[in-house]
Amino acid sequence: MSEAIIDVKDLKVAYGKNEVLHGVSLAFPAGDLVALVGPSGCGKSTFLRSLNRMNDEVGNVNIQGTIKFKGQDIYADGSDLVALRSAIGMVFQQPVPFPFSIYDNVAYGLRVAGYTEREYLDQRVEESLRQAAIWDEVKDDLKKSALALSGGQQQRVCIARQLAVRPQVILLDEPTSALDPISSSEIEETLLTLKRDYTLIMVTHNLQQASRISDRTAFFLNGNLVEYGRTEEMFLRPRQEVTSEYLNGRFG
Amino acid sequence: MSDKKHTHTHQLQQASRETRHEWYGKTITLASVVGIIILVVAIIYFIGQRGLAAFTTDHVKVTDFLFSADWNPLDGKQYVGAAAMIVTSFLVMILATLLAVPFALALGIFMTEFTKKRLTKYLQIMIELLAGIPSVVYGFLGVTIIVPAIRTIFGGAGFGILAGILVLFVMVLPTITSLTIDALKGVPAQYRQASLALGATWWQTTSKVILRAATPGILTAIIFGMARAFGEALAVQMVIGNAVLMPHNLISPAATLTSQLTSQLGNTVNGTLANNALWSLALFLLLMSLAFNLVVRIIGKRKG
Repeated sequence: MSEAIIDVKDLKVAYGKNEVLHGVSLAFPAGDLVALVGPSGCGKSTFLRSLNRMNDEVGNVNIQGTIKFKGQDIYADGSDLVALRSAIGMVFQQPVPFPFSIYDNVAYGLRVAGYTEREYLDQRVEESLRQAAIWDEVKDDLKKSALALSGGQQQRVCIARQLAVRPQVILLDEPTSALDPISSSEIEETLLTLKRDYTLIMVTHNLQQASRISDRTAFFLNGNLVEYGRTEEMFLRPRQEVTSEYLNGRFG
Repeated sequence: MSDKKHTHTHQLQQASRETRHEWYGKTITLASVVGIIILVVAIIYFIGQRGLAAFTTDHVKVTDFLFSADWNPLDGKQYVGAAAMIVTSFLVMILATLLAVPFALALGIFMTEFTKKRLTKYLQIMIELLAGIPSVVYGFLGVTIIVPAIRTIFGGAGFGILAGILVLFVMVLPTITSLTIDALKGVPAQYRQASLALGATWWQTTSKVILRAATPGILTAIIFGMARAFGEALAVQMVIGNAVLMPHNLISPAATLTSQLTSQLGNTVNGTLANNALWSLALFLLLMSLAFNLVVRIIGKRKG
């Protein structure tokens, strides 16, 4: 395994008294697309949201263990949330374009980071929309409200918005589950091209999707990591019986 | 009897009990609606007819009414100029609203975006309490506290536009705050998450996303506040001094359309010019209320 960009050691997360992750250790190699799979309530989304501290926004959450991003403990005192989230971005299940124009959506992260120069913004917006494979569809309508786009287009604008701030890791929380099959496959195409430049960590319920596009798969069950390995091996020769049963659709 | 009720005899040619109830229900609903429609039309017709009498029977010029500041209808039709009151009404409305909006926004953000649930609940109760206090009590407080305070600080009688603004500020604050809270609550929670995930701070998220997304609702809140300020009569009348003069400063006595109506309606005789002139003020208020309504609708449409 190449150098891990994110290294999670013995992560335990509890909401109040209810512990939903019971000590998970997992290392993400830079430049891989890792799929987190498992039945509903297994803790995979909680795990994902711990990686850029989005769980902090929920009250009454208790987190133990360490998560290191490039060797730095992200939960250490004085760790800067703005810097962390600029480096580790997130794309959500529902496309969440702001009720602004497409341009303003994509430029948002840059503007809050203090970039104001028009030419620079123009260039980064175009570049990001191209990377998210939606430039050709929206280049003439950049002033149009992002809410007027279809669900799949909205999601790609959200991906572009995330790319514009040039994160190193992008967390994706079931990015296609709210979309129709055609939009989903377009997003998958986009993710495959992004894999070259970014580390992607994706929660998905869609096992075919995981097997199609991910390099590695992590299988969660009841708050524990059951198995983690290269995707082909996981799907063809799972080490655990329960992994095999889940991946073959016998429960879930 | 009770046996009979439950036997199903299927008398198709006779209206069943349920059918008759349905008919009663529909009839009562329809009758209530028609009754209210008639009432509203009658009110508008009555105010319109009386409000226009000064112009039709007494031949007051509409331009005089709107642009002249000479108000003394007892002396004849040349002296039915409402401009001083119109200007004062707008001035009081705009300044009171301007004063209240920042506080309403701060309260709304505070109550929707952070704070513990319990504090929010207490604040909510306080705001509802403010909204529920009768206007005469606000006027009483104004006369007792604000007017003497202005007299001490700025000199003069203390009665005037400033006193009116301060009293109205407290009165429109709960209106604007509650509606602002509704507007902020209507912003999807995911916007906040998405913004934070892009590396924005809490304040950037609030000011650049949440407030911007809630803008149509907040504008509606402001318009409702303005309408309340424009229409409030009693409390304003108690502190504004009731002199129909074009305002030159904020601390000398003045009169709004509503304060003039409340203070003069007992002093005129039905059918006289003085009485008709007051009805014209009422008509102007009705038209303004219509205008506020229209603006709210336009904002609502733009939102959708």
